[in-house]
Amino acid sequence: MYAYDEIDRTLINERVSEFRDQVKRRLSGELTEDEFKSLRLMNGVYLQLHAYMFRVAIPYGTLSSEQMRRFAHVARRYDRGYGHFTTRQNIQFNWIKLAELPDALADLAEVGIHAMQTSGNCTRNITADQWAGVAPGEIEDPRIWAELLRQYSTLHPEFSFLPRKFKFAITASEHDRAAIKVHDIGLRLHRNAAGETGFEVLVGGGLGRTPFIGKTIKSFVPGRDLLSYVEAILRVYNQYGRRDNIYKARIKILVHELGIEKFAKEVEDEWLAMRDSALTLDDSDVEDIRSRFTYPAYEKLPHMPEELKKAAHDPHFEAWRKNSTFAHKVPGYAIVTVSLKPIGGPPGDATAEQMDAIADLADKYSFGELRVGHEQNLALPHVARRDLPALWRALDKIGLATPNVNLVTDIIACPGLDYCALANARSIPIAQELTRRFANHDTANLIGRLHVNISGCINACGHHHVGHIGILGVEKNGEEFYQITIGGRADEHAVVGTLIGPAVPYGDVADVVEDLVEAYLALRARPDELFIDTVKRLGVEPFRERVYATR
Amino acid sequence: MPLVKGGKIAADAFVHVADDADLPGDGALLVSAARFLEDPEALLGRAGKTGVIWPNNRDVDDLVPYLDRLAVVALVFPTFRDGRAYSQARLLRERHGFKGELRATGQVLRDQFVFMLRAGFDSFEVKKESDAEAFAATAKRYSVFYQPTGDGRITALHRRMQLRHSESAGP
Repeated sequence: MYAYDEIDRTLINERVSEFRDQVKRRLSGELTEDEFKSLRLMNGVYLQLHAYMFRVAIPYGTLSSEQMRRFAHVARRYDRGYGHFTTRQNIQFNWIKLAELPDALADLAEVGIHAMQTSGNCTRNITADQWAGVAPGEIEDPRIWAELLRQYSTLHPEFSFLPRKFKFAITASEHDRAAIKVHDIGLRLHRNAAGETGFEVLVGGGLGRTPFIGKTIKSFVPGRDLLSYVEAILRVYNQYGRRDNIYKARIKILVHELGIEKFAKEVEDEWLAMRDSALTLDDSDVEDIRSRFTYPAYEKLPHMPEELKKAAHDPHFEAWRKNSTFAHKVPGYAIVTVSLKPIGGPPGDATAEQMDAIADLADKYSFGELRVGHEQNLALPHVARRDLPALWRALDKIGLATPNVNLVTDIIACPGLDYCALANARSIPIAQELTRRFANHDTANLIGRLHVNISGCINACGHHHVGHIGILGVEKNGEEFYQITIGGRADEHAVVGTLIGPAVPYGDVADVVEDLVEAYLALRARPDELFIDTVKRLGVEPFRERVYATR
Repeated sequence: MPLVKGGKIAADAFVHVADDADLPGDGALLVSAARFLEDPEALLGRAGKTGVIWPNNRDVDDLVPYLDRLAVVALVFPTFRDGRAYSQARLLRERHGFKGELRATGQVLRDQFVFMLRAGFDSFEVKKESDAEAFAATAKRYSVFYQPTGDGRITALHRRMQLRHSESAGP
């Protein structure tokens, strides 16, 4: 955990009073809605279909039990008793009243939580591998760098009015859980031939109406130069990114139009002019940030404790353990993913009661620490393996032990037309129906890893392009239709999925997914060949045939 | 449109000269980039001070040869959402060492003052009277800054290091 000091706290309190003043001026009419819009967006406040929506940042996906309890408080006090975890390590509250927003922000600020830049044309929440600091084989904890970037990008005087939003993601593991290739800037910590650590910098990834996989702009940037290199990219983008058309304003379009070589040269020229500046990080700067991250005092514990051996006789526990617990870098401990995808529920939602309960469980079993991943699930990052049976029973009691992590019912979905003013079609009911179709755990397990991603419009908040099965809601003559893609993925082998054919009506979507799954089961070479690998091996044609033969 | 300079509302000593208007022989003038570049020497050779209104889509490199003789560079925010002039401002101040008045023009609102000050602006053609009046209070809104810029304010990172050193130097 990163501990805020007086300096960090002062800044967020100053931000709260600034926003309080902005809301006051809006309510008095001194600010027009157009003027207020950008200001409120930079504090994560959207006007949705029914009410204001409030998006709060969980930087690099790490939060304390105390912070989680404060989310529960905000949900209860200012909203309707629940919150929604998003694909970018944020939480959203859907029913906030404008006049109460400054108070909600002030309550969050007390525990070091803010909503700065969770929307607007600025640098958004810096996201990271949700297993950062605990994943086996990691180069180092990438959150040190994510925190440096968080501070660097917060209220940046030059880059707060960019052509369009700007997203960073960072990982230090070989397996990419942070989807860095679909971010404006993706950072991969690695070691070069000389054994030094630094960053591979990717640029121009993104989904939306024109999806691009990020391209490597520089294969090695030493840590000391990270901020100056990032500043060079942002400066080139701020000056030359398109501002004439909102759909062509992301950096991916600039990179595409210039070509990566020319773009890289512009950045390099800019960087060489300023790399030895006040942005250079010396070791003591980095150490200072590192010193304010605290780590648990792990005990020396057995890998196979008695408690675990005993519980292995319970098939329900075993199903959950095999599905939802993962190797930890410290022997005797596990990382536990907590599925927020109950059968029939909206993906990523948690009630205030669940938030409080899981905060208690984090205190009891995970050194008071929680994580949020882009798959819209939570994680308890430091659970002693001997505690797994007790934790499982407690999670089960609050409806959070669905053993479907990475399975077909672990669906990523945006809020869609049920909430969102931009949506063309509903996402949540599609997800709910799919979870009911595949509710049988044995069936889902037999199918194996399969990521279904649903977006209610072309803006792609549900990352449909990179779902193994992607579902995109569109509108045709006033009716909801859905385009289906297959073969997308968001990890280190990121690729955009391929459309299988004409869009299908709302009522057919779950049938189509079932057809795709049945086709896969019939086509896979071996039981352990994943859906995504079968699609890669055979292409979309056999799947297309299966889906449209009877339609 | 009130001008804020030196932290308070001030009279504008510069006269905006339209592109098709005759040039007065003396007095402080503010002209467009196009007019300036037509004959920079003629303008700079006049008795009065010269300022240029520089558009936000033109490289400031073209202005660099004249910077030490310009009294004002006015940068433009066509809307407050268009942030290109922040980069131009920092380049002029931090890379090219411009010491004259750096003026923010266009849709300049209260909520940009801190960003603009940090980017190097020191005068502001403010759109609303009430915002101009609130300048001094708004400029003090923040006391913590995470990024180093040319404005010389100490960053949070360095403040921490100083605090740490002063602690360790204690008894």
